[in-house]
Amino acid sequence: MNSDKSLVLKYLYDTRTRSIIFQVLLILSLIFGFWWIVDNTAANLSAQNKSVGFSFLSQTAGFAISDTLGTWLLNYEVGTSTYLDVYFIGIANTFLVAFLGIIFATILGFTFGIMRLSQNFILRGFSTIYIELTRNIPLLVQLFFWYFAVLRSLPNARGKVDIIPDVIGINIVGLYLPSAIPQDGFSLTMTAFAIAVVITFFMNRWAKKRQQETGQIFPAFWVGLGLLIGLPLVVFLVSGSPLVIEYPEFKETGPILKRGFQKGVGMVLVPEMLAVWLSLSLYTAAFIAEIVRAGIMAVNKGQTEASLALGLKPNPILRLVIIPQAMRVIIPPLTSQYLNLTKNSSLAIAIAYPELVSVFAGTALNQVGKEIEMIFMMMSVYLTFSILTSIFMNWFNARVKLVER
Amino acid sequence: MAKKTTSSSIAYVRTEPAPLLPPPASQTGLLGWLHKNILASMTDFSSPVAAVKSLLMAFFTVLIGYVGVTQIISLVDFAFISAVWSDPEGLKREACWTVDQGGSLPSGWHGACWPFVKAKFKFLMYGPYDMDQLWRVNVTGIIGLVALAWLLIEPLPLRRYVGIFLLTVYPVLSIILLYGRLDPSSTTLSVITLGGILPPTPTTLMGIVVVGLGLMTLARLGSRGMLSRTIEDHARQIEMSGWVVIAYALIFALFTDGYNLERIDTNDWGGLMITLVVAITGIVASLPLGILLALGRRSTMPAARIICTVFIEFWRGVPLITVLFMASVMLPLFLPEGVNFDNLLRALVGVMLFSAAYMAEVVRGGLQAIDKGQFEGSSAVGLTYWQSMRLVILPQALTHVIPGIVNTFIGLFKDTTLVSIIGLFDLLGAGQSALADAAWASPVQSHSMYLFIAAIFFVFCFGMSRYSIYMENKLSRSRRH
Amino acid sequence: MSKDEQSGVDRSRMQVSDEIVVSMNSVNKWFGHFHVLRDINLEVQKGERIVVCGPSGSGKSTLIRCLNRLEEHQQGDIHVHGIELNRDLKNIEEIRREVGMVFQHFNLFPHLTIMENCTLAPIWVRKMPKKEAEEIAMTYLERVKIPEQAYKYPGQLSGGQQQRVAIARALCMQPQLMLFDEPTSALDPEMIKEVLDTMVSLAEDGMTMICVTHEMGFARKVANRVIFMDEGQIIEQNEPEEFFNNPKSDRTQLFLSQILNH
Repeated sequence: MNSDKSLVLKYLYDTRTRSIIFQVLLILSLIFGFWWIVDNTAANLSAQNKSVGFSFLSQTAGFAISDTLGTWLLNYEVGTSTYLDVYFIGIANTFLVAFLGIIFATILGFTFGIMRLSQNFILRGFSTIYIELTRNIPLLVQLFFWYFAVLRSLPNARGKVDIIPDVIGINIVGLYLPSAIPQDGFSLTMTAFAIAVVITFFMNRWAKKRQQETGQIFPAFWVGLGLLIGLPLVVFLVSGSPLVIEYPEFKETGPILKRGFQKGVGMVLVPEMLAVWLSLSLYTAAFIAEIVRAGIMAVNKGQTEASLALGLKPNPILRLVIIPQAMRVIIPPLTSQYLNLTKNSSLAIAIAYPELVSVFAGTALNQVGKEIEMIFMMMSVYLTFSILTSIFMNWFNARVKLVER
Repeated sequence: MAKKTTSSSIAYVRTEPAPLLPPPASQTGLLGWLHKNILASMTDFSSPVAAVKSLLMAFFTVLIGYVGVTQIISLVDFAFISAVWSDPEGLKREACWTVDQGGSLPSGWHGACWPFVKAKFKFLMYGPYDMDQLWRVNVTGIIGLVALAWLLIEPLPLRRYVGIFLLTVYPVLSIILLYGRLDPSSTTLSVITLGGILPPTPTTLMGIVVVGLGLMTLARLGSRGMLSRTIEDHARQIEMSGWVVIAYALIFALFTDGYNLERIDTNDWGGLMITLVVAITGIVASLPLGILLALGRRSTMPAARIICTVFIEFWRGVPLITVLFMASVMLPLFLPEGVNFDNLLRALVGVMLFSAAYMAEVVRGGLQAIDKGQFEGSSAVGLTYWQSMRLVILPQALTHVIPGIVNTFIGLFKDTTLVSIIGLFDLLGAGQSALADAAWASPVQSHSMYLFIAAIFFVFCFGMSRYSIYMENKLSRSRRH
Repeated sequence: MSKDEQSGVDRSRMQVSDEIVVSMNSVNKWFGHFHVLRDINLEVQKGERIVVCGPSGSGKSTLIRCLNRLEEHQQGDIHVHGIELNRDLKNIEEIRREVGMVFQHFNLFPHLTIMENCTLAPIWVRKMPKKEAEEIAMTYLERVKIPEQAYKYPGQLSGGQQQRVAIARALCMQPQLMLFDEPTSALDPEMIKEVLDTMVSLAEDGMTMICVTHEMGFARKVANRVIFMDEGQIIEQNEPEEFFNNPKSDRTQLFLSQILNH
């Protein structure tokens, strides 16, 4: 009797058994929790006479979406395009604003980060003030500021503010830019550019080999840059400049309704997109600047000293010693910020820029009412971005890990 | 190369000390500072490349200096110098109009319209909360502030008890003050009152509190040997039961009738009050969940690890706005029919889950930073997993991550602006609502309001980030042994 | 047995010539308001092995760091190999090519292999072809007795091995003068010997060197001149035997009693 009891107790206190029991309990309670939620949801849905399904995606969407990349890509038409089209338009517009935002934010962020490290007091002070201001004010406030306080106080459709007279102008309808329409023969210039890329690639390889063999350094960077710009330019000019630039046209006289920037002439960026792009870029740039600064400061001062003592000049020191080490520290949080920027683009719903959340959870949800399916579809897009970013970061970290004992 | 002319011996002894001189004028003082901080980068002409760089630097310095200074001047001018500060005649919007628009300010005037902000100030702070009952919000705020200050300022005594107060009594107190008594369903009521034995009045509440405190004092005295042996032996159990009674008292307090406090629905809450409620509740509620998730993610048990990792990565991978949508739209579907969650509570649940995931990563960072020897040492002296966590590991980890927690809080504080998108009136929402008031419409209306709101957020966030840096420096100094 | 046979040092190539390699005249330096180098006058001839010692904060590291412009002196003049050390970048670069430095914390490049660490400067500064640079690097790695580590990374080596790589890396530029800034202070005791042995063999080959160090045994073995610094001034200098057995200044005596008797 006693030995049986102590055997049971022995199993009970064994760490492995305990851990298995605990895990089983955990999984069971999770399953029970899920079942309870699903049960409630089913009950609630049937009480509201709703059903679950994705068939609504083939219904036609009956609302207008402002002209953006997405509508252009998918040829959106009210009354014929479906909710599935709306979904893809949202994704396309999110991509657009995230992509532009990332580029702008990176350029600004690196600039301000390096400025912050400068010996020059004015540059340092300016970037510090910028960073502290943009970091401590919520993104939504900045978005509203740009949209309501700045862009909305521009002149109305009959007026304009010239940024570059006759070339770039802005009013409440949007930012008008010249558009470039390629003519026949433009493909020659594109081919020239492609050829330049290939030549530059092989030139770099040849220059590296030459340096290894003879020690002489070839200015591959400058030559390559000259080639990438120069060759297509020469071909372009020689082939008769086959590019028509359509400048925005502004009519100042005539019947009132026909005054203002002419529709269809030149390219227009709607203020919603401008506001989202600007505020996302400026906000994220502040965080990127701090990441860049921390990355460069993380490289031990002794590295610079040793390089100087060996006789290396500042440029090679940056290129060969500092930047490779700084990049290890900068890239992981930098990709996090890129992900944050993409997620933050969802704030556009507040000013009705038709990115994913705005167009799907805003307008479409009101019309269709299939909350669970639609929110699930939205979240999966962002989760995919997240997972891809995570995979990239893990790969990057594993690849650049410093080899230690 | 010079050659030595004499072959004197190497030996040398200094007979007089070298004079201790001040540095040359160009190195220190204003001139030195100017040189080092501005001119040095612009005056290097040793090679053509360096000369070009110097000129570019000079150009950029002048350009950015100019831009910076003009922007700062125009901001100061807008906010202070040219601003309209008062509206004695009650003209409202006309007080901020130029002559061209029909007002009295000179043409081309551009300044802030502070009477507008002043008129809307109460609304911005409290939202549509009942004007007579504002004292309730103020009292809650003041108690919270005093307790927080007490907790943070180093030398003050009894900080542990203030901490416990803040985490247990204060939330119940705030709910009662801000909202009023909760309405129990009949089942809840019968459970709370123990089947009708204890009527839900303030007197009963007092009684329960007294019993609880009494038990704890008994345990304290008992463990010091001042009372009978039996009490001393069971001191721990007595203290435990004391805690249970106090917890019961707290729940009882929520349903007690008789405070004479009018119910104020959360739909009538708004402004800065909502911002603070959402942010603070979010952070405080997410901390325990975040710690559990962090421990789970580091666990050796695969089930726990996978579940926690999936949970964390899910909430961190989606934007907060989708979480808020999910909470406000889907939460009612997930709960049994009839259970009605009010709007604010749904947002709080969403914020709490979202923030718990970020908190988990912060705590995990802190746990990783702890030397493995701590885990080994505590298990070597015989502590169980939970004991070593509670007594050794977590106290150290949490001090490591205080800066991280403050940073998460700052982020959450800024993110609370998103609740305005799902219909809750936070500071930003209140500001936008105020802007819709045509009685104050003027060209500078939106600039003034956004400037004011931005300034409030800036002061809060900047202050908190300074505190976080201060804590970081303090902690790294003490750790450098 | 003669003293040289006892210590095992081969003095046959340790010749001090008349050529002056470093000359410092009335050099003064300040860090802000702190007068860190006071009226430094120093002449170093080719082949000399100088040890600089003194209490911490005495300015010894600052002194040698001024020689390759890692620190900038504000008054007085410094000439290295006849080249004046001033703001002119061309002079600075030329001096740095001829002067090698070994640091207390090694400062190896962690993202490059040992071989790449050693060939980086010859390839990019002296514009050497890669093969030639690698051969030279291998020779010096053999000199410091770790040729087998050539393709490992610094993180995989012990402290003593890393410092020896640092010495080889500096030697790959084939400098005329080597500066050592407390090369063994960051090492575990059992690794100090291997680094000091390397430095001794360098001296045996006739390298001009200035070492800031606390290793007095090394000074006795190899130095031809010991300099004592305190509070930014050169207090005393002499041949090692005279210096250790017969210090003339009070401060030197105090310092020596502190470091030699524990």
